[in-house]
Amino acid sequence: MVAVAALTPLLETVGLTKRFDGLAAVQGVDFSLTPGEIRALIGPNGAGKTTLLGLICGRLAPTAGRIRFRGRDITDLEAHARVALGIAYTFQVTSVFRTMTVFDNVVLAAQRRWARGWRAALAADGRAVREEAARVLEGVGLTAGWDRPAGALPYGHQRLLEVAMALAADPILLALDEPTQGLAEEEIALLTDLLRRLAGRLTILLVEHNMAVVLELARRVTVMHEGRILAEGSPPEIETNPEVQRVYLGAA
Amino acid sequence: MLTVEGLTCAYGQARVVHQVSFHVAPGEVLALLGRNGAGKTTTLRAIMGLLRPVAGRVRLDGVELTGLPPHAVPRLGLGYVPQGRRLFPALTVEENLRMGLLVRDGRAADLEPLFALFPVLRERLRQRAATLSGGEQQMVATARALAARPRILLLDEPTEGLMPLLAARLLETLAALRAQGVGVLLVEQRIEAALRMADRVAVLETGRLAWQGSPAALRADEGLLLRLLGVRRAPGRPGGRAPEGPGAPRSAR
Repeated sequence: MVAVAALTPLLETVGLTKRFDGLAAVQGVDFSLTPGEIRALIGPNGAGKTTLLGLICGRLAPTAGRIRFRGRDITDLEAHARVALGIAYTFQVTSVFRTMTVFDNVVLAAQRRWARGWRAALAADGRAVREEAARVLEGVGLTAGWDRPAGALPYGHQRLLEVAMALAADPILLALDEPTQGLAEEEIALLTDLLRRLAGRLTILLVEHNMAVVLELARRVTVMHEGRILAEGSPPEIETNPEVQRVYLGAA
Repeated sequence: MLTVEGLTCAYGQARVVHQVSFHVAPGEVLALLGRNGAGKTTTLRAIMGLLRPVAGRVRLDGVELTGLPPHAVPRLGLGYVPQGRRLFPALTVEENLRMGLLVRDGRAADLEPLFALFPVLRERLRQRAATLSGGEQQMVATARALAARPRILLLDEPTEGLMPLLAARLLETLAALRAQGVGVLLVEQRIEAALRMADRVAVLETGRLAWQGSPAALRADEGLLLRLLGVRRAPGRPGGRAPEGPGAPRSAR
């Protein structure tokens, strides 16, 4: 990874806005991520969290505003070009290839890094790709069903497979949209451990409603409400913020 | 009363549910727990007629459901909130909710309590379901099932994707439905929330019914919790802090 000055944000959005048929899902959001951090993005259902992720990953084109990644303006880049720059993501709706095996799904994802020039030599070696795929599956705890069709996995495990696929692309920024959905508590604990180990080597942007996971992983939390940033701070600051309690946590 | 007897289901050669029997009485919550892949969702799908069992029977108040076409089952009073929000994406929120009303000839006024539960849905009535956020879709799926005024309600991880405030409110609603005599079959991975809600617990392990009993008995048996559910510490703490809220009434009914 190229060294970046410590204070340069990894990712920065300026005035980012997205309207759907007049509805402003994201409105003038200024947001930045520090290299190596785990940032949690929380907020009420419909606050615009998934839309913001979609804009960052290039799945959606903004109505206004700019996005910079490692100092470079990526606003006009397509999603696949952003993947090639090191932005990987998983979404709430599972997008695995259902008839392919679990293992082949990860192998396919690992081959994405071909797009990243100097890694081509490594990726061209099929054995290296397969070893990497096996390592990643082990990391997320999905070794048991590796040779089964991905569509036969329980819902929660398909989502875990998506995390494995994102990791196989060796990302610099990993954006995860509610990765613990459908997972049992022991699986959540495993995923939490994995993300904590990854932090520092890569930057993680985590949309998550499971507050135990948020509080355990994130050093900073950003709260969205009605398309805007309502609050940002340390987990204790966010937990005790009366506005956040009112619109999101529901605590007295 | 929903009665499941000797239910056995297979995908091709793979048996995923073996000889499972349980019942859900009016006004009680049965939590169906188990690891991912234990057969919980398959059991619910088989009860709803979405999957034809290899063997076994499903009855509602003595009426045989096994073999009925899937559309006939909700009409008899069985409601289902599937995992992963199966909505009609091209239809608006209002149209999706009307589909729920149609099942048992409900009136528009029957939607009012559902808007009290999920106020944001009233603002989204004209929006196509596909354009909703994930959590909003979960609300529509739940509201649609409730609009059919089910006598027995099957829920597959209904708090998934809901913000803490709404997850707590949904659990309060389930407690209120139970008080009105609705039977609830709850599949939930948030063990602590499920144990707080449930009157009884059934645990599946690789397709077999491994244990049935009271939430208190399961809580008290750490070995059982670890073996059947992989929960090491007191339930609720590792990753699945239960949503705050009253959940089940504290006293016995």
